[in-house]
Amino acid sequence: MALDELYKEVILDHYKNPRNKREIPDAPLRCSKNNPLCGDEITVFVNEDDGTIADVSFVGQGCSISQSSASMMTESVAGKTRDEVEERIGAFRGMMAGEVEADEDAFGELVALKGVVKYPVRVKCAVLAWDTLQAALAEDGEAAGSVPH
Amino acid sequence: MTITEQRGSSAIDADRLKEDFPILKRTSHGKRLVYLDSANTSQKPRAVIDTITEYYERHNANLYRAVYELAEEATAMFEGARTTLATFVGAPDPNAIVFTRGTTESINLVANAWGRRFLREGDEILFSELEHHSNIVPWQLVADATGAVTRMIPLEDDGTLDAARIEGMFTDRTKVLAISGQSNVLGTLPPIKRLAASAHAAGAIVVVDGAQLVPHNPVDVANLDVDFLTISGHKMLGPTASGGLYGRPELLDAMGPFLGGGEMIMEVYPDHSTYKAPPHKFEAGTMNIAEEIGLATAIEYLEGIGMDNVRSHERELTGYAVDALESIGATVYGPKDLEQRGGAVSFWYKDVHPHDLAQVLDQEGVCVRPGHHCAQVLMRRLGVPATTRASFYVYNTLEDVDALIAAVEKAGAFFGA
Repeated sequence: MALDELYKEVILDHYKNPRNKREIPDAPLRCSKNNPLCGDEITVFVNEDDGTIADVSFVGQGCSISQSSASMMTESVAGKTRDEVEERIGAFRGMMAGEVEADEDAFGELVALKGVVKYPVRVKCAVLAWDTLQAALAEDGEAAGSVPH
Repeated sequence: MTITEQRGSSAIDADRLKEDFPILKRTSHGKRLVYLDSANTSQKPRAVIDTITEYYERHNANLYRAVYELAEEATAMFEGARTTLATFVGAPDPNAIVFTRGTTESINLVANAWGRRFLREGDEILFSELEHHSNIVPWQLVADATGAVTRMIPLEDDGTLDAARIEGMFTDRTKVLAISGQSNVLGTLPPIKRLAASAHAAGAIVVVDGAQLVPHNPVDVANLDVDFLTISGHKMLGPTASGGLYGRPELLDAMGPFLGGGEMIMEVYPDHSTYKAPPHKFEAGTMNIAEEIGLATAIEYLEGIGMDNVRSHERELTGYAVDALESIGATVYGPKDLEQRGGAVSFWYKDVHPHDLAQVLDQEGVCVRPGHHCAQVLMRRLGVPATTRASFYVYNTLEDVDALIAAVEKAGAFFGA
């Protein structure tokens, strides 16, 4: 497999110019996770407004796969309802597990990450931000305990 | 040997040794395989592979009690391997060598069998900031169990450990100095002999993590005067799950058993048991027979090269690699003085994350290790989440280092670093 199939241009772009990479100081929902395997660290911040994701951001450090995935994720879930976000998290995990054929309409730029599937060690990097987002949403008492891991 | 314009080191003809390692003839992603991850696990020479095959084809039987010829052969080979390993590390008596699965099991053996018997509440266990997790976590566990406390020896800014600073940390409660013989991340070679003497003067025992020390340096436990030395077979051309523990005989005698079960006992009654003398007291159940016999062949192979030559060869490769990496703008961690470091070279290249870097290197056939190298405490000290590590052994050449450098530069270009 050629390198540029794994490192699509869009991945490198999000890595070098991450979107929504900032803190939301008073975000009611936030969570930090790391991937001890390679030291990737992600903190996700979420502001909800009437059941939808009004603002979502991240900070962290790590490899291009983990950081670009976080960047693309924030663009992908902004403005969505909780149910829509949960569905997207599940679909992304499915794509990374090789179970769901990546649908460009549904995934948009995130399709670029499907090359990661062939590198099982790197899948953990790609899903870290999504695990962190899901845990941040579970910070809300109502959702806590109902989140599958 | 005439010094020609060869690109190998002057100590070892690594191009010729490469021929002894079947795996080094294969390609990876269509490129020549450049294996620079021997600190993780080493490759195996044909002789070791043949020994294991021959053992299973001609001698396989369980040890000690069977009375047929196969079992006698297997027992003689296994105990012969013990003698080979003892001689290799300078142990005065083969019975000072306990066979284990390697360093992790050996440290856990000492922490449990010695630590649980002799550590008391408030006793101190010292370990250094550059230790592998396997020389930290077992001590934390035994500290929890006994009420002993752990204290960390800080790393100096130049990547060394300072003997005087360590000696200043000894108190009358210090009972264990657990220290790496050679860092798996920085290559640092702590002054073990001096530290052993001063630890003993303070009333502490010295446990040396020899995972990286033993494969790459001449080692003589009698001269170093350490109490325990852990040995990893798979990092020194031997099979996985081969290895052992050197223990000072009077300490092995005084310790309790580790794992209970068959072969480690003298007599078993419903309410109590009695145990064999060391080393068998610590060898419960069926051992890794083929693996330890294979390790003996690996040792014979290394002795054929000479451990002084192994060390010289790696010092040359390390110096060449450190200079080359720094010349292309990489930050290399660890001591600059080649007398104070072995052949593990950790670095950070511009702003390319180690996992991305290693992925590009893989495409070029170059095997390195990205990550924290089971040394998260050290990573925090260095202020990085991970490093990329290239590590060398007898089969590596200057061309291998050149391939590394070319691949690193290619990764830099790819990521626009």
